[in-house]
Amino acid sequence: MTTDWWQRLHDAGPASTSDIADFATEIRRTTLVTINRAGLGHIGGDFSVTDILATLYGRVLRVDPTQPDWSDRDRFILSKGHAAVSLYSTLALSGFFPMDWLGTFTGPLSALNGHPNRNKVPGVETNTGPLGHGFPVALGCALAAELQGSERRSYVVIGDGELQEGSNWEAFMYGGHRKLSNLTAIVDRNRLQQGDRTENTNSLDPLDAKVEAFGWEARVINGHDLDALYSALTTPSDRPVAVIAETTKGKGVSFIEDRAEWHHKVPSAEQVELALQELGS
Amino acid sequence: MTPVLTDCRVPFAHELIDLARTDERVVAVCNDSVSSSNLGEFRSLFPDRMFNVGIAEQNMVGVAAGLANAGLIPFVCAASPFLTGRATEQIKADVAYSRANVKLVGMSPGVSYGELGPTHHSIEDIAWMRALDGLPIVSPADEAQTRQAVRWAAEYHGGAFLRIGRFKVPSVSEGQSPAFHFGIANTVRHGDDVTIIASGVTVSRALAAAELLADQAISARVLNISTICPLDADTVIAAARDTGHIVVAEESVSRGGLGGAVAELLAESVPVPMRLLGVNTFAPTGSVEFLLEHFGLSPEGIAAAALELVGRG
Ligand SMILES: Cc1ncc(C[n+]2csc(CCOP(=O)(O)OP(=O)(O)O)c2C)c(N)n1
Ligand SMILES: [Mg+2]
Repeated sequence: MTTDWWQRLHDAGPASTSDIADFATEIRRTTLVTINRAGLGHIGGDFSVTDILATLYGRVLRVDPTQPDWSDRDRFILSKGHAAVSLYSTLALSGFFPMDWLGTFTGPLSALNGHPNRNKVPGVETNTGPLGHGFPVALGCALAAELQGSERRSYVVIGDGELQEGSNWEAFMYGGHRKLSNLTAIVDRNRLQQGDRTENTNSLDPLDAKVEAFGWEARVINGHDLDALYSALTTPSDRPVAVIAETTKGKGVSFIEDRAEWHHKVPSAEQVELALQELGS
Repeated sequence: MTPVLTDCRVPFAHELIDLARTDERVVAVCNDSVSSSNLGEFRSLFPDRMFNVGIAEQNMVGVAAGLANAGLIPFVCAASPFLTGRATEQIKADVAYSRANVKLVGMSPGVSYGELGPTHHSIEDIAWMRALDGLPIVSPADEAQTRQAVRWAAEYHGGAFLRIGRFKVPSVSEGQSPAFHFGIANTVRHGDDVTIIASGVTVSRALAAAELLADQAISARVLNISTICPLDADTVIAAARDTGHIVVAEESVSRGGLGGAVAELLAESVPVPMRLLGVNTFAPTGSVEFLLEHFGLSPEGIAAAALELVGRG
């Protein structure tokens, strides 16, 4: 059994840009309600990555929610694991697990805690939460695909603050060295980390030049432009691709957008109402 | 009367600021953790003496060792799981082995991140740090101990690991003078039938357990171990000899943790029946309260373990 969303995005032929836009809105609405109910979450980082997730699950990844362990599936890793609720919402809407699991988020013995756990949540490839782990694991997934002669691809989303962890640069270095054209690293470049702007803390610019110097093809795009995302995520390359998705933390809700304090603030009931109005349906 | 509860990060920051006012060698190093370490005020007062290296714990600890090399007294302030987990080798080689004067402050240890899950729980930090030669481990249980432990750390020459909790705790130092004495365990309740050994957030729970045991005519001694390394051998051995039964209650793994430390000591001196309570598996989802209860670290859970041990369970 596939969900209505899965049928609309996949079973009825390739999704259109407006299908993906609707899917993204539904992910944001679901995320908002889930966080408010639990009283915990990272809404800023959830909303900045939502269009990326909608594009990946709506029209890029070769995955099957009815067989989450299919061996030749594409691999997707959300390295910035604190954005768990946007991933959970995407996976539930896609049919990887029942929607009503979302209501248990952070509750006693729930499968869904604040950071994704592959042993409890179908569709999750590796446990993330400590920053700087997902990229090397995705690199390993890509090396395995190459060794096994599989066409499957590996994708990882990394926070821009997260890029301050040295492990990412070790992965850039080896991915470039191996010319892993089956690997795509997506940087959620919202220019904010937990406490401040990245450029006030430990600056990353010029990010495109840095990753190019490590042997990657940098694609700098607007991370909320669904067509640009689709093209950046699907156009082949002879090198590993780094999609630098310029995003807005908290995208979609005016009073949440681009503010450090919304890294993990929880919206009140009133704010949820306002936010749902702004998001539309 | 409900007791006043303290998030120990608050007195920690006050004390650090006080120290920094009088000793310009005191500096802070952190990993995008200014707010989670409650160091916003420190940063406004001493902007030049705060090094926020970004989300980069290995660099953070190495940088602290370099600062110490110039005679500064760096306090590295970061969530304990990432400080002790990501930067273990920097702590070993650059701090412990090099004998660098770096104060490692693990914030929000144990399961105090509750629902954020096992990646954010710091239940292994004591075991990891205890394996290192010559690195004192200090785990204050309340506000008074926190304040004095920070002062001690600044004066002590050499690396040290402090665990500073966010989970709110009541005072357990009434009548203890001083509240914190490096290397000395506080006997916070006298008793003859069983000893409950606790540290940090479990101390008030051990005291509550002792009350429950008193209702059943069992007299429980309670030790607050605020210096986990080096362990106060005299006090622990005397407790084993006097009471013949030991329960250890800690919000971390027993393997290599406080339970391990007590068991190692008593195995070679006064072996007695013991029960080691701790967070010994990756936790399921749940709040801090739920998890402490789940792992038998509620007053009832600790009392039940003690009753079973003395043969009355
Ligand atoms: C190793 C590690 N250090 C610190 C943290 C605490 N932390 C969680 S999220 C975050 C900020 C992340 O910023 P960024 O990667 O830019 O994510 P986004 O802006 O998309 O939320 C920090 C410091 C962590 N989870 N892991
Ligand atoms: Mg960011």
